[in-house]
Amino acid sequence: MPVPIEQNPDFTGYAHPEVLVSTQWLQDNLGKPGLVVVESDEDVLLYATGHIPGAVKIDWHTDLNDPIVRDYLQGPAFAKLLSSRGINRDDTVVIYGDNKNWWACYALWVFKLFGHKDVRILDGGREVWLAENRPVTTDASVITPSNYPVLERNDAPIRAFRDDVLAHLGRPLVDVRSPQEYTGERTHMPNYPEEGALRGGHIPGAASVPWSRATQENGKFKSHADLVALYQEEQQLNPEDDIIAYCRIGERSSHTWFVLTYLLGFSNVRNYDGSWTEWGSLVRVPIVTGAERG
Amino acid sequence: MSITAQAQSVIDDLASIDEGARLEVLVEFAEALPELPPRYADHPDLLERVEECQSPVYLFVEVTEGKVALFLTAPKEAPTTRSFASILHQSLDGQDVATVLDFDNEFPERLGITKLVSPLRMRGIRGMLARIKRQVKEKA
Repeated sequence: MPVPIEQNPDFTGYAHPEVLVSTQWLQDNLGKPGLVVVESDEDVLLYATGHIPGAVKIDWHTDLNDPIVRDYLQGPAFAKLLSSRGINRDDTVVIYGDNKNWWACYALWVFKLFGHKDVRILDGGREVWLAENRPVTTDASVITPSNYPVLERNDAPIRAFRDDVLAHLGRPLVDVRSPQEYTGERTHMPNYPEEGALRGGHIPGAASVPWSRATQENGKFKSHADLVALYQEEQQLNPEDDIIAYCRIGERSSHTWFVLTYLLGFSNVRNYDGSWTEWGSLVRVPIVTGAERG
Repeated sequence: MSITAQAQSVIDDLASIDEGARLEVLVEFAEALPELPPRYADHPDLLERVEECQSPVYLFVEVTEGKVALFLTAPKEAPTTRSFASILHQSLDGQDVATVLDFDNEFPERLGITKLVSPLRMRGIRGMLARIKRQVKEKA
């Protein structure tokens, strides 16, 4: 059974405040029946160095991605994964992670491909939890395996493929990578050379809005008013626009997808997880270099 | 290409335990990475950044009378990178120049952790090894 949503004045204004929890709320609710805490990190060892008591680990690469095909797990494998972590279909899942919740948002997005209803993000993630000296442990979490149902993944509403992007040209695209990646100066993200592409630049018409502009210094999300100022006033995006966000493999754009969908209440945002590692290596698709959208 | 006794023992240790426990051994390696001596800790400009790693990792090689001394650092928030640095330190620190230059480039694959860690993340350790060898060559 889901756990009651947090009533927190800090979340006032967000379109869906029920998708966020604060560190205090999480600490107060640890161990509640129906609540499963999931850590999802960039670094595959970080969980083992100390995690929130009772939290289970789901790794974006070794758990959520299909090991052979560049795709996510199919229904049976996802059911097996969640069952092994003791997650039931109607549980409240709170996800947190490193790197200001990139991978937490990515994991939430994958949970949503399978329609898991109640998934929330710990505002500020691992960094804020540790900064506040909240409890961590290296003790293995006690897991009672569950029986998560096998469901068909439903990609269409929130996932875009390359042909969708080609058909979408002329409508709003948000490129959330660094400015150097956007202009084409770099074919990969600083520090991530292995996730590169053959060509540099951006998809024609894409606005450059680096993902981190949606966060505060400590990794918490910016206030609703600040997000409105950024996306709706500065970038002139509208809540009913058909929008596709992308980065290099879809993790930073999951963060922006989360912000637009849940914090601002945009109704039609998709994440293009093929992103630049696909687009920048495709033969004969249009690419724009430089600072102009093109 | 050859391998040091220390490196072989890392391979053997990892091979002797099941996959789940290997991650714990990697965490122990991450914790065991020696601190930088003050001459480098106070002068990060002397260290070379390993671009292949997703987390900031820096290294410096000293060669004295044909022996290699290795200095590596990576943040605590990046235990995977630290564990790689620590494994290379244990395998190569104090070895002869010739031994380091002849060290097996395929060593990272032989650790038996590629699937566990993901091939993507293994790039970092290969980058570290290549840079160590290059610095040794320049300084020998």
